[in-house]
Amino acid sequence: MRALLVRDLRLALRAGGGFGLGLAFFLIVVVLVPFSVGPQPELLGRIAAGVLWLAALLACLLSLDRILALDFEDGTLDVLATAPLPLEAVLSVKALAHWLTTGVPLVVAAPVLAVLLNLPAAGYAGLVLSLALGTPALSVIGTFGAALTVGIKRGGLLLSLLVLPLYVPTLIFGAEAARRSAQGLDATTPMLMLAGISAGVLALMPFASAAVLRVNLR
Amino acid sequence: MSLWEYANPVKFLRLSERVMPWLWGLAVLCLSLGLVWGFFGTPDDFRQGSTVKIIYIHVPAALMAINGWFMMLIASLIWLIRRHHVSALAAKAAAPVGVTMTLIALITGAVWGQPMWGTWWAWDPRLTSFLILFLFYLGYMALWSAIEDPDTAADLTSVLCLVGSVFAVLSRYAVNFWNQGLHQGASLSLDKEKNVADVFYHPLLLSIAGFVLLFFALVLYRTGTEIRVRRTRALRARQGARQGSLQEGSA
Amino acid sequence: MELTLSDLSVARGGLPVLAGVSLSLAPGHALVLRGPNGSGKTTLLRTIAGLQPALSGQVTGAEDRIAYAGHADGLKAMLSVRENLTFWAEVFGTRDVERAMQAFALVPLAERLAGTLSAGQKRRLGLARLLVTGRTIWVLDEPTVSLDADAVALFAGAVRAHLAQGGMALIATHIDLGLEAAVLDVTPFRVALDGVGFGSSDEAFL
Repeated sequence: MRALLVRDLRLALRAGGGFGLGLAFFLIVVVLVPFSVGPQPELLGRIAAGVLWLAALLACLLSLDRILALDFEDGTLDVLATAPLPLEAVLSVKALAHWLTTGVPLVVAAPVLAVLLNLPAAGYAGLVLSLALGTPALSVIGTFGAALTVGIKRGGLLLSLLVLPLYVPTLIFGAEAARRSAQGLDATTPMLMLAGISAGVLALMPFASAAVLRVNLR
Repeated sequence: MSLWEYANPVKFLRLSERVMPWLWGLAVLCLSLGLVWGFFGTPDDFRQGSTVKIIYIHVPAALMAINGWFMMLIASLIWLIRRHHVSALAAKAAAPVGVTMTLIALITGAVWGQPMWGTWWAWDPRLTSFLILFLFYLGYMALWSAIEDPDTAADLTSVLCLVGSVFAVLSRYAVNFWNQGLHQGASLSLDKEKNVADVFYHPLLLSIAGFVLLFFALVLYRTGTEIRVRRTRALRARQGARQGSLQEGSA
Repeated sequence: MELTLSDLSVARGGLPVLAGVSLSLAPGHALVLRGPNGSGKTTLLRTIAGLQPALSGQVTGAEDRIAYAGHADGLKAMLSVRENLTFWAEVFGTRDVERAMQAFALVPLAERLAGTLSAGQKRRLGLARLLVTGRTIWVLDEPTVSLDADAVALFAGAVRAHLAQGGMALIATHIDLGLEAAVLDVTPFRVALDGVGFGSSDEAFL
């Protein structure tokens, strides 16, 4: 399992691995927001938490099809399916690798971009914590979507259509937690719900992902 | 005789052909009775005026939108566990009907909401939940149409339906938490007191029965179509195999 | 332990292609599968490898003993030869990467990125992967594609060494590898004229 993680991280970091693309996308979306809603600091400050969450979610979505498509095309998944590692573990590791290469940079970059959007000072800790708790769920759910569409040519758009509705609860609780803490309110409940969703999908989703991947490999 | 016998497509077709005229007839009867009674035979509500009468379409459509997905969930489970093709095809057939019901519920809700709340759309938990349900239906149908092999498609969409159901329920709670909303309470419920006065209640029940019957008639009809499509495919494949082997034999 | 297929039927895309395949393969032996394109060799091999379910019949003795090599090599262009092999060695819980590289004359290429290799060199790397899996049964689908005569000889040598250690190999190929292996032509097992109706997923609709 460690070998798979190390390989995925190494591949992501080498040329053409796409590391940083999600981060750049995140930056661009955040920069575009003031152009579309206007530069008033109060307005930006009020929507900052939600915008950052939405942008992070879209940046996550962007790189989902890389989780499995390349390994499917070059036959790696066939061999992994016959390896001693259960497919559930393979997919969990792949989701972890996706989170480390996409989710973690987003969490780290979010406070910096929050400055651009004039997020109230009280909101920084809540924003980082909610993203740190929520992005694992995004990666794991996204891995399910990737496993579902891996056999479909040009499945990228379909992948978004399937995964976005599944992202709704995570987005609601995540953005709510970030928003509440930005307003200086108590964000414990949404934060706990968010953690619950992450824990739940981490535990259960790999089984669904492995089931659909097996169907797609046969 | 076991119920599972009707998992055989041919038997299923034969049965559904016998049942279908009755279903259609009853559906039309209930719907026309319920709607006419509801529209012309009941008084205007003292607060809502005549707009209240959209309830006879809105509530049944909303009910069938949810129950349509529920039916797909059960059919998907049957396919995953017992691998009856009819079940998978029935789930496939129900999706467009369900999505239409969702759309009707959303549109009639907007039409109703305009005079009542003064807005066509509000991000009220119920409305939002239906919008999310609509997206789930779309994704489900898109996945069916994206995959060529019917068995693979049935497997994948079934798992999606299962996972989607869990997330749909989660979304419902999340949305409730997110916004408290202005929608009135449920019109019908088994355990609470009736929220709807008797005069509206009976025609409403009738039109709900009509929508249920209509739903099943449409799903049966569409399932029959899907079965025939599969049958055509199977016959084509057989013919192709025959021709192929004839050519090889003569070469 | 032997690898045994009993009355195996396999399907591709819901349509049965081969039916009633029975064979057994003892340790130290190889079997070459032959048959025209589209006859179902790949489907049969994937079924044996456990990548797809059989329509009917059984495969015994295959569980966790198979190293499968299909048309694609499962290599990453941005990893070096050594990194590719080390990865697979770790996944399968072995360490002998050097021996695998020697067997396929990859030592001089060890630090090259797999993406810069020629088609034949990539293929050799893909086959070297079989050695690092440490698995007993090699299931190979057209292993000699894009290999030159020398490389084919290397490959045949590797198979021979594997068999000598009590391994087994199932190989679908069109060329003569010079192995002392039994040959099985799959043509007689092809599903006859009106193929449908043989456990096909469409059968119920006829």
